[in-house]
Amino acid sequence: MLEYAEARLPALTRLKRPESLPILLNRYRIYVLPTRFGLLYSAVLIVMLLGALNYNNNPALLLTCLLGAASYQSVFQAFRMLNRLEMHALRAEPCHAGDPLRVSLYWRTNNRNRRSLRLQADGRETVFDLAHDGAVTVEFTAPQRGWRKLERLRLSSEYPFGLFHVWSWLNPEFAALVYPLPEANPPPLPRAGAANVARTVRMSGDELASLREYRPEDPQRNIAWKASARHDELLVKEFELRRSQEIVLDYSMLHGLAHEARISRLARWVYEAEIAQQPYSLHLPQRQIGPALGAEHRHACLRELALLP
Amino acid sequence: MNATVGKPLTQLQFGLTAASVSVAVLPHLLRMPWLFAVPIVLVLLGRCQQRLRGGMPIPAWIKLPLVVIFPIMIIFHFGTIFGRAPGSVLACAMLVLKLVETEKRRDARAAVCFSSFVLMSALLFDSGLGFTLVLVAALCVFLAALREVEGESAHNRTWKTALRDDLRGGAVALAAGTPLALCVFLFFPRLGSPLWGAPGDSSARTGLSDSMAPGTMQDLLTDDTPAFRVTFNDARPPRSELYWRGPVLWEFDGTTWTRPEYRASLSRTTELKAIGAPLSYEVTLEPTHRRWLLALDVPLSSPAGAARGADMSMVNRLPIDNVLRYDATSSSHYVFEPQLSAEHRRLALQLPADFNPRARELATRWREEFHDNGRIVRAALDLFHKDFFYTLQAPLLARDTVDDFLFGTKSGFCEHFASAFTFLMRAAGLPARVVTGYQGGYYNSAGDYWVIRQSDAHAWSEVWLDGRGWVRVDPTSAVAPQRVQLGARAAAGESAAWYQSDWLLAVRNQLDLVNRFWNSTVVQFSALRQQGLLTPFGVNKAEYSDLMAVLIGVSTLLMALFAWSVLRAPRVAHDTLDAAYARLCLKLARAGAPRQPAEGPMALAARIGALWPQHELTGLLAAYGTLRYAFAKPPAGEVLAFARAAASLRLPSVQPDALSSATQ
Repeated sequence: MLEYAEARLPALTRLKRPESLPILLNRYRIYVLPTRFGLLYSAVLIVMLLGALNYNNNPALLLTCLLGAASYQSVFQAFRMLNRLEMHALRAEPCHAGDPLRVSLYWRTNNRNRRSLRLQADGRETVFDLAHDGAVTVEFTAPQRGWRKLERLRLSSEYPFGLFHVWSWLNPEFAALVYPLPEANPPPLPRAGAANVARTVRMSGDELASLREYRPEDPQRNIAWKASARHDELLVKEFELRRSQEIVLDYSMLHGLAHEARISRLARWVYEAEIAQQPYSLHLPQRQIGPALGAEHRHACLRELALLP
Repeated sequence: MNATVGKPLTQLQFGLTAASVSVAVLPHLLRMPWLFAVPIVLVLLGRCQQRLRGGMPIPAWIKLPLVVIFPIMIIFHFGTIFGRAPGSVLACAMLVLKLVETEKRRDARAAVCFSSFVLMSALLFDSGLGFTLVLVAALCVFLAALREVEGESAHNRTWKTALRDDLRGGAVALAAGTPLALCVFLFFPRLGSPLWGAPGDSSARTGLSDSMAPGTMQDLLTDDTPAFRVTFNDARPPRSELYWRGPVLWEFDGTTWTRPEYRASLSRTTELKAIGAPLSYEVTLEPTHRRWLLALDVPLSSPAGAARGADMSMVNRLPIDNVLRYDATSSSHYVFEPQLSAEHRRLALQLPADFNPRARELATRWREEFHDNGRIVRAALDLFHKDFFYTLQAPLLARDTVDDFLFGTKSGFCEHFASAFTFLMRAAGLPARVVTGYQGGYYNSAGDYWVIRQSDAHAWSEVWLDGRGWVRVDPTSAVAPQRVQLGARAAAGESAAWYQSDWLLAVRNQLDLVNRFWNSTVVQFSALRQQGLLTPFGVNKAEYSDLMAVLIGVSTLLMALFAWSVLRAPRVAHDTLDAAYARLCLKLARAGAPRQPAEGPMALAARIGALWPQHELTGLLAAYGTLRYAFAKPPAGEVLAFARAAASLRLPSVQPDALSSATQ
């Protein structure tokens, strides 16, 4: 029984289970009911019909029939607004807990002008038109850090006359990452390399990093003679000066703060380190990231912070 | 749920709603007392002006008094708010007030919804074809308004394109709904008897009345609406013999001729002998809300549901509120009541004592002078012929109407002549009476029928002569013979309003065919004819259940057709480039070198290029490769050029062994 229902009306059972993209709306998952205005309109049509019949007035009856037929066939137009509409991608802008999460939904219209679509998500309604393939951006609330799963979306339309409400449920398998909220007024960044000398192995400032071809201005003492002997050209040793300004953002160092407050402060420090253009590493109870600098690193750090238990 | 419902309407949305309301109110305005029409128009225009200028919502202290004042005015004027006339005024007033308070989508929708009801009720007053068509066109405005109210989110369009789009959408919806509408119209069971009181509106009566005073016919004679239509079954008589007999007026009180109240003696059958073959024909009478039936002089029998009086005028049992069709037979040559009963003689000689002394004197002189009844009639006709003239703009007459007409104004139209002539005859001792009806008509050759308009209304006299019975005498024809031969308009010969000019009337007479078709197919489609609808399918008398079954069946079929057209898989978007390539490959296959299933254009070119050396085929295949894979969207011009080149390519067929050798 349940299998039959699943086969015929997947939307019924998909109410609970998210489905993978793309989602193509079809007649198995589009529902239609008259709106309240549709019912009122029908009542007026019935009164008109009775009046025309009572007075045996055929032109009036014809007029009523025309109006009724023209309005009721709009159920098909309304259905076509959703039928074969396809949601093929979702994309979320990163956001912080508490900020609105902006999710772009990408639609394929399959060559039909879709008018007056209403997307109900997270208690808010967005009205949009789709003349051709495109995206619509919807805002969700994101109160907590971590993965934010989307609830079911309700896509509906009452176009063209507002007589019929046509709707379908979309439950895409999608979760957006919500970064922790950075602390508003944090203490300054921990001083570079100060606190954690004991724990890290002291490294010499000039560590051999790589070899490269000789350039006329290179000093002679840097020439790697042994290596050059094995090749046809001169090779020069390159040393990387280990920069001493590396910042260590350590979860365990923030004594006396609650778990979330620590995360919040670390998140803020990640941003500040980026602004200061100082390499930083993030030390969490389970793992360490960095040291490094840049958008990728920042994302990796914030992601780890967001996903902390 | 609805964030958009509470939003105020845009200007276009409000404009279309206001247009719907105006369209619904307009047909009613034309037949409304000025007392109501003027305030309704003022409120409507004022509200549109105020709103389109971006005004604020109307406060309640303006709205409430209006809501109260209109019903009070209606009750004051009509005495009631029930009935068609007060009801339509009330509906229009309330609709306009609804527009006054329309600010949100809900209001706009309610206004459009109610507009459709008001619009439909206009058809209860007039159900002509033209009017109905106009109202059907008005439905487009309603649907456009609903569309705009629902789908306003497209704000990047100008209001003109939006409006055009909406109107087109409304028209398309109407067209798409037409089959279903016709199905429902045909098969929806009609009521045998009305659920509530049918309209009985005395003010709306048109056509002949049962009395005649100088000037009463004037309105009729300038009214061009059709009164009835006649189809003769075989030969059609000449126009001058087309006297359509209506009410016969016996009693005269000095100014007004009236028909006597129902009397046993009048209902008694009188002797009527037809000479020659009777004419049979079918009459389609427009609704008059009176009970007269018209028939060619003189009817030999009465249709079912009607009675023929002793004076051969026919009265229907019920007022004619809908178009009525009946068969009748008449004879133009007859002997009618050769023995005049005493009662009839008394009625036909009755005259008021103290009116028209000069006319009486003249008649008495004739009586003494001629003795012969026939010569008296001729004398009267000669008198009219000599120095009277025919005009529709007859001057008003004094108390002694006949005297004033005979010796004073000497000009008038049929009713003056008939009245004076009958008076003279009675004064001279000849039994006479006035017959009203219509004379002539317009023959529509395309439809082979006659249309008789209200302007063909006519009055003539009947005189009883010894041995001959009642004889028709038309004094008007003595004055203006062309009235009988050509019609009332030709006889009037005066300047008519521009819309009554001759050529326009001729066009309208021709177009009357359409009206007649409308009347016979739509307006007269009754329960009876609906029962016969299924006769071709073996159901002789369709019951409600049969009709309902057919209605449900056919409408389901139509809906299924619609659903199929909506649900069927859309056609795959046609790609010109691939189509051209597919044709090219087909050509290759015909020539003996089919493309392998997994072969791209380059590989294909490499394999079979050798078969047709120096041929443009290789170039074409390379072009396809470039167009297909080098662009995200190949330029349309080059695609077209490729398609043309591929289509015009000629390939000489190759030997199978050549192919295999080339492959190796």
